[in-house]
Amino acid sequence: MKILVGLKRVVDYTVRVQVKPDGSGVAIDGVKMSVNPFDEIALEEALRLREAGKATEVVVVSIGPQLAMQQIDSGLAMGANRGILVKTEQPIQPLTAARVFQKLVEKEQPGLVLLGKQAIDDDANQTAQMLAALLDRPQATFASKVEVDGNVARVTREVDVGLETLEVDLPAVVSVDLRLNTPRFIKLPDIMKAKSKPRETLELASLGVESGDHLVTTHYAPPPKRQKGVVVKDVPELIGALKAKGLL
Amino acid sequence: MSKILIIAEHLNGKLNPATAKCVSCASKIAGAEIHVLVLATDPAAIAAEAAQIAGVAKVLTHAHAANGNALAAVYAPQVLALASGYSHVLGPSTTFGKDLMPRIAAKLGVSQVSDVMAVEDSHTFKRPIYAGNAIVTVKAPAGQLVVATVRTASFPAAPGGGSAPVESVSIDFAAPTHTRFVGLEQGGGDRPDLQTARVVVSGGRALGSADAFKLIYDFADQLKAGVGASRAAVDAGYAPNDMQVGQTGKIIAPELYIAVGISGAIQHLTGIKDAGTIVAINKDAEAPIFEVADIGLVGDLFKVVPELMQALG
Repeated sequence: MKILVGLKRVVDYTVRVQVKPDGSGVAIDGVKMSVNPFDEIALEEALRLREAGKATEVVVVSIGPQLAMQQIDSGLAMGANRGILVKTEQPIQPLTAARVFQKLVEKEQPGLVLLGKQAIDDDANQTAQMLAALLDRPQATFASKVEVDGNVARVTREVDVGLETLEVDLPAVVSVDLRLNTPRFIKLPDIMKAKSKPRETLELASLGVESGDHLVTTHYAPPPKRQKGVVVKDVPELIGALKAKGLL
Repeated sequence: MSKILIIAEHLNGKLNPATAKCVSCASKIAGAEIHVLVLATDPAAIAAEAAQIAGVAKVLTHAHAANGNALAAVYAPQVLALASGYSHVLGPSTTFGKDLMPRIAAKLGVSQVSDVMAVEDSHTFKRPIYAGNAIVTVKAPAGQLVVATVRTASFPAAPGGGSAPVESVSIDFAAPTHTRFVGLEQGGGDRPDLQTARVVVSGGRALGSADAFKLIYDFADQLKAGVGASRAAVDAGYAPNDMQVGQTGKIIAPELYIAVGISGAIQHLTGIKDAGTIVAINKDAEAPIFEVADIGLVGDLFKVVPELMQALG
């Protein structure tokens, strides 16, 4: 079985993103870029499935500018077999991403597509579900455990009320949550070894995908700030303050 | 005129309060006619609850044996069968809605607006990006059906007192069998649900152990409060995953939020910034939680919390 994994190039999670004063966007020129953390977890799971003999090949895909080849490089250094960069200089929205993945799935015929549940830039949480819909295949979102047995995957999902377990026929699309695993660190020899792994570049325009970028962002604003409150010195004062607000 | 279909979330025959929050969001769209769709094996009791939400014009029900669990692959084709009669299809931005709504949007060939925080007009909305570090205004194309999830912490539940008619609809649909429900392990027990509780008490890394975290449960039970935890406390194994409050966990808006031994990482603060009153108890006076707390108390939680419990007991 082949596993397809998406790796989005995003602003590193340690960067505190600020809105530009004129509201035209966020100031991210020159900041550190990384693989979306949820996508790293998806890749780690794919590698573990391959190591357990449940999969034979792990293919990483990124959709983005030429620089997103860096994220393909990271994926190959982590252990993926080969990489595909779908090149576009313009940022795309989830529906377009799902349509691109649909094309690649038709071509690659993976048994499983593993994606992060959301990207930490647009926080949309849509691509996996949209891809499953376009393919008319099962989806299992927010996975905290994935077991593959023949043509079936058993996935435990983190839902609001607890943990839900689903059984899905393969091929299927699974989106992963934070606690599925801890991704491995990349060691220097892995980077050297990855240099010779196959990398393919496709132009997005050449795939014949209809754009799904329907939303227009007209303004960016910083989040409203909460006012700093009072500091009380002891428990009786705290109770007094809560009573004054009618909360006790 | 806008005609809005809201997909009801329910569990064990009870309507989730997130549905009334979606109604509240929908009613911000001028002149909207709001319908609620209940998909269930036996929708009558849930529909009766939905019919009481003020602002709802009609409740639609579709009873089907496959609707015993809210599987996106099973629900989506039923919603799609009705969607063409509407200008908007809304669901809550809970794990239920996040799972289901993009499956509907993709089939309709439209973009989804995730986590609507505010309605500017029928096709213009505000939503958070970068873990809440920026709020964007997005416009969906005029004349295109809008699929959106509603950030429930941003809207109050619409009040009761309504009496909308309930109508059962027939949908020609073959339920897919490729996705099967195996089981649901519910956490929390008898405590109020974290996302709808009026008061929430959360514990952080300073608790130091799962045993010590019992103090948080005891305090919460005394206040009849829901229980939350910081990501650090969850990662350390002091509390289960479904209690995590923050950008990667639950985003909540209780009237009173009491953060105990939580330093206040940005991703945690994102999850509580719509709370009515935030109380912070932490021994580190420099902790970032004090920057957003309405009432702060610098002190050792193992002394302060028992003292509070005694004073309130």
